[in-house]
Amino acid sequence: MPAEIYLNVAVSGLLTGLVYGLMALGLSVIFGVVRVVNFAHGEMMTIAMYLAVFLFAAFKLDPLVMLVPISIALFALGYAMQAGLINPFINRPEHSQFMLLVAVALIMVNALLIVFGPDAKNVQTSYSFDSFQLGPLIVDATKAYAAAAAIAVALALFAFFRFSRIGKAIRACADNYTGALVVGLDVKRLYALTFGIGAACVGAAGSIMVILVDVTPPLGPAYTLLAFVIVIVGGLGSMPGALLGGVLIGLTEALAGLFFTPSAKSMFAFGILVLVLLFRPQGIAGKKQS
Amino acid sequence: MTRLLGGVSRRGWILMLAVLATFLAAPWFANDYLLTVLILILYYAYTGQAWNIMMGFAGQLSLGHALYVGLGAYATAALYVHFGIGPWAGLPAAILIAMACGAVIGFLAFRFGVAGVYFAILTIAFAEFARIGFDHFRWVGGSAGFFLPVANYAESDLLNLRGKPVMFYYVMLGLTVAAFILCHLLLKSRIGYCWQAIREDEEAARALGVNTFRYKMYAVVISAGMTSVAGMFYAFFYNNLFPEQVFSIGRSIEIILGPIIGGIGTLFGPIVGAFVLTGLAESLREVMLVLGVEVPGVKQVFYGICLLLVVVLLPNGIWPPLSKALGLDRNPDDKRGT
Repeated sequence: MPAEIYLNVAVSGLLTGLVYGLMALGLSVIFGVVRVVNFAHGEMMTIAMYLAVFLFAAFKLDPLVMLVPISIALFALGYAMQAGLINPFINRPEHSQFMLLVAVALIMVNALLIVFGPDAKNVQTSYSFDSFQLGPLIVDATKAYAAAAAIAVALALFAFFRFSRIGKAIRACADNYTGALVVGLDVKRLYALTFGIGAACVGAAGSIMVILVDVTPPLGPAYTLLAFVIVIVGGLGSMPGALLGGVLIGLTEALAGLFFTPSAKSMFAFGILVLVLLFRPQGIAGKKQS
Repeated sequence: MTRLLGGVSRRGWILMLAVLATFLAAPWFANDYLLTVLILILYYAYTGQAWNIMMGFAGQLSLGHALYVGLGAYATAALYVHFGIGPWAGLPAAILIAMACGAVIGFLAFRFGVAGVYFAILTIAFAEFARIGFDHFRWVGGSAGFFLPVANYAESDLLNLRGKPVMFYYVMLGLTVAAFILCHLLLKSRIGYCWQAIREDEEAARALGVNTFRYKMYAVVISAGMTSVAGMFYAFFYNNLFPEQVFSIGRSIEIILGPIIGGIGTLFGPIVGAFVLTGLAESLREVMLVLGVEVPGVKQVFYGICLLLVVVLLPNGIWPPLSKALGLDRNPDDKRGT
């Protein structure tokens, strides 16, 4: 019996980890291009989660379907933030940008607290208690759908950056800022688009996550931290690294919750962070900086 | 003594002494409520000053200073409750623990080239690590909280830090003044110049032969030790400690708001910032009380808006323009001022 439990918990952690990975992917995309660390990332995630909760409570709309409109809404928010607030800060010192986003995060999380209150909110979908039986494995249907949706969004993002003109232009900005300016790219607009895309990514992750966990305002800062841990573990600026890091952290949390106590699970995520910073500061999939 | 006198104009001295005299005399005309607000202001001025050593002087952004407050608070409180060791006697142990912790974080970060934002995240990670750790640390109450015995408030017992707000007020005032003098001395010493060199351009500092690793370690360790003293004060003033509150990111942000709003890297910035922020927060509280609204989160939204406005409009904080307006600026070229 025990072996099956471990396997089940590991699979469940892996599936949740893919959603974590999608969230971290948004952060990684923003940092990789704009070189600004989005300290309001988890807060944007909770905004998306509350949007999904609201849409479900009011109109019975499934969060996995609402993923598209919520992503679009978050894209608009991200675009506006970059165009209005962050672009003037591009050449300011790092700590100054950081403070700006700390302020935004502080406003977001407490605005959510004022609007929705401190109580946990959740979504009960029709498939909430379904599961699949695969031999000895019992896979939670919600988690399987969530992971599938996360993979789909991540693949769409990879395709966008690889094949579309705008995606290529954004990558050009990330590779060589001056070069991008020289060939006539509107870098400020591309930055705003990138921040929007990162925000859309986290919006999608939020609407998926809401079917897995209850949402409360303090979840925002916790997710910000988690996204950072994942991105550093996976390798900053590396898109596959973010997904890999997410899976690793999801797996760790799930197993730590089983072996120790669930409330201590993030200690293990931080433990991994410290180990990675010690032995492989560039992250698992990151390239060594010369 | 000449070192202590250096860098401050006559006008600055008069103003400083006037402010100090006002603070010394405050208990005679302030009621208990106002006194508590003043204690809070001094508390944030002190912690802000300690944080400023790392960020303002040496350019290392720490977002986890609640960690050192918490360690100082839990260490002194545990020694007092479990072994009957008074806060002042327990303080060296608390400072050592915080310094050791700061040294570990600093070593991990600086040895492996973790800098800037990564460093900030590492500091948050350690504070969160401590928060969760203390949640499961039964010996000091775990998540149910750790309480100090509240005995007799009629008499002030300075040795055991048990007494009326007036005593706490003077203790905090003494600490704030001491921190100010210490920071002034540090800033005017070799170590301070090395820090500023690192802050402005680490590569250049290293090229000039500054052992950047060592000086950054000094900054973390000194800042951590100073901050832990505030922890002792916190524990004995509030008499209760909850990991959720003591180690939360919110606490760390409250510590850094003062110096950022006041002016990073300046000596008066943390004090001015604490004044402005706590004053505004308390007035907001009063206004909300009068209006009869009690919504959690309003204060933090307000903090956020303040921070946003200062970061956008006054990138150097309130103090540099203020000191210019007061005619205290001896060296107009130095934007950060002291």
